[in-house]
Amino acid sequence: MAFESLASRLQSTFDKLRGRGKIDEAIVNEAMREVRLALLEADVNFKVVKQFVARVKERAVGQDVLKSLTPGQMVIKVVNEELTELMGGNVSKLAVSNRPPTVIMMAGLQGAGKTTTTGKLAKLLQKQNRKPLLVACDIYRPAAIKQLQVLGQQLNAPVFSLGDQVSPVEIAKQAIQHAKEEHLDYVILDTAGRLHIDEALMEELQQVREVAKPDEILLVVDAMTGQDAVNVAESFNEQLELTGVILTKLDGDTRGGAALSVKAVTGKPIKFAAMGEKLDSLEPFHPDRMASRILGMGDVLSLIEKAQENVDMDKAKEMERQMRQGEFTFDMFLDSMQQMRQLGPLEDLLAMMPGMNKMKGMKDLKVDEKQLARTEAIVKSMTAEERANPDLMSSSRRKRIALGSGTTIQEVNRFIKQFDDMKKMMKQFTGMTDKMKKKSKKKGGFLPFKGKPPVDPFGGMGGADGKKNGGMNFPFNPFK
Amino acid sequence: MSFFKKLRETIVKKSEEVTQKFTDGLSKTRDLLVEKVDDLVRRYKKIDEDFFEELEEILIAADVGVNTVMELVDELRSEVRKRKIENALDLQPVLSEKLVELLKNNEDQNCKLNIEEGRLNIILFVGVNGVGKTTTIGKMAHMFKQEGRKVLLAAGDTFRAAAIEQLEVWGDRVGVDVVKHQQGADPAAVIFDAVQAAKSRKVDVLLCDTAGRLQNKVNLMEELNKVFRVLQREVPDAPHEVILVLDATTGQNAMAQAKAFGKSAGVTGIVLTKLDGTAKGGIVIAIRNELDIPVKYVGLGEKMDDLQPFDPEQFVHALFAGLIAKESEEAEEDSEGTSQSDFEQK
Repeated sequence: MAFESLASRLQSTFDKLRGRGKIDEAIVNEAMREVRLALLEADVNFKVVKQFVARVKERAVGQDVLKSLTPGQMVIKVVNEELTELMGGNVSKLAVSNRPPTVIMMAGLQGAGKTTTTGKLAKLLQKQNRKPLLVACDIYRPAAIKQLQVLGQQLNAPVFSLGDQVSPVEIAKQAIQHAKEEHLDYVILDTAGRLHIDEALMEELQQVREVAKPDEILLVVDAMTGQDAVNVAESFNEQLELTGVILTKLDGDTRGGAALSVKAVTGKPIKFAAMGEKLDSLEPFHPDRMASRILGMGDVLSLIEKAQENVDMDKAKEMERQMRQGEFTFDMFLDSMQQMRQLGPLEDLLAMMPGMNKMKGMKDLKVDEKQLARTEAIVKSMTAEERANPDLMSSSRRKRIALGSGTTIQEVNRFIKQFDDMKKMMKQFTGMTDKMKKKSKKKGGFLPFKGKPPVDPFGGMGGADGKKNGGMNFPFNPFK
Repeated sequence: MSFFKKLRETIVKKSEEVTQKFTDGLSKTRDLLVEKVDDLVRRYKKIDEDFFEELEEILIAADVGVNTVMELVDELRSEVRKRKIENALDLQPVLSEKLVELLKNNEDQNCKLNIEEGRLNIILFVGVNGVGKTTTIGKMAHMFKQEGRKVLLAAGDTFRAAAIEQLEVWGDRVGVDVVKHQQGADPAAVIFDAVQAAKSRKVDVLLCDTAGRLQNKVNLMEELNKVFRVLQREVPDAPHEVILVLDATTGQNAMAQAKAFGKSAGVTGIVLTKLDGTAKGGIVIAIRNELDIPVKYVGLGEKMDDLQPFDPEQFVHALFAGLIAKESEEAEEDSEGTSQSDFEQK
């Protein structure tokens, strides 16, 4: 239940009631209950949920949802729009002070990821040819200063520290002076994590604010935070007047309802999202994608973007051309597999596919990366000749390949059979996609994967999905 | 001598303050819940959907877990239908019945750490990033040291910048040794060395730190599993405890964490940290109900002695006492009173 997407739940609600002929407000209420549950499961604060559902309901009734042939779709559309709107537009810009240095102050609970995010923010600024100074204002947690220094080293950015015996207020003051002297244009103050109800420490933050007069005060929030996110955000905002929020640990599998809660109670924009362990994993926040994520509806846009970043377009085009001629060799197979693997762990990709979480057994499915590696080993144990000409495979060759790849002959046989199946399927599809393309041109339809064929990891599954997605160049099915 | 006496007194006083803070914090929740439910029952003369909805919200606000709450409320719904209850006031005893059931599941669970005299006890700490693993290890090392045990720490977080230094600072504070490699080293190798060192130094308790990792990162979970296997191989029936450190502010995702870490590292217990804030960590009830993993300790601050043993009954009582009808509350008051004073003595 937990990971069932809102879409499928709404659908089943409306399906249940379809036979009744008359659709009335009771059904809307039923649908709203599903919306509410989905949001609560995603950790959106219950007060925020309440207001939100009331607004959606109003719109849903007004917008002729009931007369629509697909009321479930309509409700989702409304929910999605409202969510996106509530989470604000794209505002990933940082303030720039007209009298440098621009001062950014980081604040948040313990363990939200302030120090790491400070490093990531510095990296982002460096990419924009800015010169950030990292300031170690966390004098409480053991080795926090050292942590910032290590990050500074990795980034090749200066770190300002006065040890852990000087008050953060003094550190901030001197750091800004230092930045002026050294002509550094950004100062990022990494403060200690603190509870929003710790009066002494909150008072200290206020003092730092007085002295440093930061242009940005960013609250760092763990995306996994539950109902309490509201209290934390409200309290920090009241005492510090935040200018924005950074959401961390979004690369986890949390739905991240905290984002909505925080935005709703503070009204401050979520500027960035931290998406990984590496220092360059700070990304602009996309409200629309977050909306889909909270609703458990996948994140196609991020998937496409990822593909664009990682896929070698020339290679892909060449492969597409070959495939259109009905060619498919082990070399091509290997290429497409490697390209796909560059996109990251398969499971991450799966999580981004809409509807994947709806499929039976999908949520427990563990894509066996090892199996992929074995397949790779099999292909790599073939001679160049064999790879270019799949028809060569005699039984003695198969035996040799099994030995060379550390697999069994059965595995090799199975793989080759799969490969042959793919090849057949591909011939059918290439014919079909040509027709599809002509059609879609007429209709002006949008084929999300048109032109970058190797990103479709599920080609081998065939069926309606495959037809929809145009070029079928990666038909290897890891789930067999 | 008087100096030591004074020192002792201040320490005792401090820990009493902490205990006070804990019970205060929970009693605040309790009062709030009492008030809310009383108010709810009074306002709704008739039981309808809105009534259930509001009841759900009251429970969900404590992060109890949507599934647990929904099950509870669904059961209530069917009871209402079966017993033909119309008045909200009449529902209250049924409600308490259900909540007491929730308690019963937990009675036989052991919240003590599996520590035995005369052997090397190994405790592995796991969890996502930033929940307080290293801090908890520092506190626990202090606790074992106070009990007169010989403690060794293993700096298994070789990934995060300055994590090793952080553990070393704790080692210095508490006065125990730390086995470490360099940043970027194989954590399993660090743990292996630590076990060897612990054996030769005849250590009582070895606390193993690991890097924070999100539970959906397959590779990192594999790495953790390797650490786990190394421990299993080097010492029979080790690790004796695998502690999942959970941040009390975490919402529904804590369930996914408990499941994933349970799978790859065989979690035996939970330490709930940052309970000194406004979050109440209600999700541990859901975890307890669905996965049967008990909470063993709670973290209440950043100081050495801010780690307290966890009393599950007290915790659930504190969260739900308000929802339990007056009659049963009276009966339980005595037992609760004693457990309360027990708790304070600790």
